[in-house]
Amino acid sequence: MILSEDVVDKGGVAMEYVVEMQKIRKEFPGVVACDDITLQLKKGEIHALLGENGAGKSTLMSILFGLYQPDSGSISLGGKKVNISNPNIANDLGIGMVHQHFKLVHNFTVTENIILGIEPTRGLMVDTDSAAKRIKELSEKYKLNVNPHAKIYDISVGMQQRVEILKMLYRSADILIFDEPTSVLTPQEVQELMKIMGNLITEGKSIILITHKLKEIKAIADRCTVIRRGKHIGTVDVASTSGEELAEMMVGRKVSFKVDKNKMESGEVILSLENLSVRNIHGVLGLKNFSLDICWGEILGIAGVDGNGQSEIVESLLGLKKVESGRILFRGMDITNLPIRERINKGLSHIPEDRHRDGLILDYTLEENMILMVYYQEPLSRNGLINWDKVHQYGEKIINDFDVRAGQGSSSLARSLSGGNQQKAIVGREIDRDPDLLIAVQPTRGLDVGAIEYIHKRLVEQRNRGKAVLLISLELDEILDISDRIACINNGELVDIVNADETNENEVGLMMAGIKRGATA
Amino acid sequence: MKIKFNNEYFLSLIAVVLGLIAGSILMLVAKSNPVEGYIYLFQGGTMNIERIGNSLATATPLIFTGLSVAFAFKTGLFNIGAAGQMLIGGLCSTAIGLTFAWPKPILLIVMLLAAMIGGGLWGALPGLLKSKYNVHEVVSTIMMNWIAYWTVYYTIPAYFKGQFLETESRRIPYEASLKVPWLTDLFYGSYINLGLFLAILFVIIIAFILNKTTLGYELKAVGYNRHAAETAGINVNRSIILSMVIAGALAGLAGATFYVGYASNMQIGVLPSHGFDGIAVALLGANSPVGVMVSAIFFGLLHTGKGFMNAMTSIPPEIADTIIATIIYFSATSILIQRNWDKLKKKLGGAK
Repeated sequence: MILSEDVVDKGGVAMEYVVEMQKIRKEFPGVVACDDITLQLKKGEIHALLGENGAGKSTLMSILFGLYQPDSGSISLGGKKVNISNPNIANDLGIGMVHQHFKLVHNFTVTENIILGIEPTRGLMVDTDSAAKRIKELSEKYKLNVNPHAKIYDISVGMQQRVEILKMLYRSADILIFDEPTSVLTPQEVQELMKIMGNLITEGKSIILITHKLKEIKAIADRCTVIRRGKHIGTVDVASTSGEELAEMMVGRKVSFKVDKNKMESGEVILSLENLSVRNIHGVLGLKNFSLDICWGEILGIAGVDGNGQSEIVESLLGLKKVESGRILFRGMDITNLPIRERINKGLSHIPEDRHRDGLILDYTLEENMILMVYYQEPLSRNGLINWDKVHQYGEKIINDFDVRAGQGSSSLARSLSGGNQQKAIVGREIDRDPDLLIAVQPTRGLDVGAIEYIHKRLVEQRNRGKAVLLISLELDEILDISDRIACINNGELVDIVNADETNENEVGLMMAGIKRGATA
Repeated sequence: MKIKFNNEYFLSLIAVVLGLIAGSILMLVAKSNPVEGYIYLFQGGTMNIERIGNSLATATPLIFTGLSVAFAFKTGLFNIGAAGQMLIGGLCSTAIGLTFAWPKPILLIVMLLAAMIGGGLWGALPGLLKSKYNVHEVVSTIMMNWIAYWTVYYTIPAYFKGQFLETESRRIPYEASLKVPWLTDLFYGSYINLGLFLAILFVIIIAFILNKTTLGYELKAVGYNRHAAETAGINVNRSIILSMVIAGALAGLAGATFYVGYASNMQIGVLPSHGFDGIAVALLGANSPVGVMVSAIFFGLLHTGKGFMNAMTSIPPEIADTIIATIIYFSATSILIQRNWDKLKKKLGGAK
């Protein structure tokens, strides 16, 4: 431990920070990722680092963790200047990080994962028993409730995160960095995590919390440093700053969180899933006897923790996966066994969850990407020959209509665009075909506030024109904000469907955990 | 777009230069003068019209196998089976040429079609296995190579046995040969044949398919990102099979231009090296049809010149093969070259 408990007494440490990053500057070719950023972490505080995607949060933390070297500026730990040239030094100095995507070996046990790289040995043997004992003690001390002998693939995502936390504690880290830790958790799991963070603080740890979720900051952080486009905007006391003020600091202008949405009468049923059962990648039923109706003129949101049947719904709807039993009726037609292209031509459209994997061909230009579903139709091609002039016009029109910013217009390689612009291009491509049903899966994942606002507006517009939208998202706020009705799924089964204006986060959260309305005490 | 292309050719050029440097080191080790060696090597391929003709004739099947590998690459498939497809193409055209006594133009067209069909079928099977059962094409095309090898091994002695030797087919008649007198005379009796024009024609056709047609668009989409193509409604399985059929047909034509063009009979027990050389040609040509043609001609030159180099100096002809191998090595690791190049540029940029 860097400071012992008795030193941390009010007056004495006024100027003493456990971590002090002074005027950090880091330049990459063409971009200044961090421009004179100062971050001071007091002992025993939760310090939030707030900023949009690409603001420089990760770069700053990578510098603290030794992955990058700053061009200028200094880092002090407990008042002493240090040079963190690689992550091992960061470990030795007591800095630990829980990455957004966990770094765990799935067929190893909890203990094996935690000791990986620093295996205690007895003779030539790995001494797992003593390690497991120590992990158990740590787990009890911080009330983590982790079984050291469980295999990673058997435990929930929330539990895996705790394993990551234990990994840091096992390495005696005192400065803990959490990178977007709540993005994979249910609201209830988030509550649990916050309690754990509280315990960690009581035990004398200090936490840096990287996030773009204001609610979490308000709930748990003591102070907050806001950065925007690599610049240090300010460090504020969370208790005396409102959420709106924080948002304005982050984005640089006033933002409205409310999506303008007037009430709409929804029409007839456009899509019904009837008793659908679909296998997941492991070969077991990921969707069990699932029924759901979607109507013209509504946004139906599907709320659920990741991996509870969402991808099976999407894949069976699109025709990427075979249906075990049940059927899919779209505009009265049975499309259960139609090929993908015919479904698209019947008015189905899809904004995929993983835009790099399923949405775009990154080595194609934007215009080549814009014609991905329609290239074989006239006037884009005739007799198997592509008319590249027409393709160019088609691409230019979409990127103008949907405000896609690209260096060389529609001739830019898709790879060269920012995430937000790539997503706008996909949204443009899918909406431009005027689909009757738009399936939007995590349409705003990883985007900044501006792009999120824009895409939400487009989805609502689509519904206002009387079309149907199926929104699948892990962001509960997004579901609550723009859906008309919310279907909650758990473990491949429908828990319940509720009207968006008659429910709240807590209720939906419980349903996501599989607890029906009114079933709680 | 333009910059990207230039960049790829630039990398190929670096690979060639590095290969030549490595070759000169070897020549030095062999206690010979590399400058002298290279002069004879290139003279051997270009010093008179006959030798130029031979270089081009050697390059012809390489253009086809290079196109075959490059085309499959564009669809994300690694066709190691060009050798086998080439054998079957050669066998089909030889069989027709030895069986029917039709007028030369008709006979040649039928022979070429047969070569395409044979090679195409040999490519179709791995394509089918890949799309239906997800069998990796590297494994299945290698196995198809040996099936082709043994098919030729038994078919030639059984049905087309040569006059004197058990191990080769009869010589094909004049009508069945891609060699024509006016071309042979023009190049003072070299091996050059109509296959060269066919190869140039197919370079243009393949470039046209890849760049101008919906088919090329689909196949490249599948090659770049199979998932996105499938999600967009492109039939990925059909694309994989089709791509392998076309790649196989191109390799089949390589067989025709080699066995009834460059040579006049088929020998058994030889798996042609053109299959693997085709991979190198495709790599060096950055998978573009024109690039393939240029690099195939370069390889043809080295192959033709190595004998002359050996005759004029004490440098063993294997050095030429080593140079080719080194160039393959460097073009295969072109990503590494690119990365180092970028690093160097950054360093120079930073120093300013």
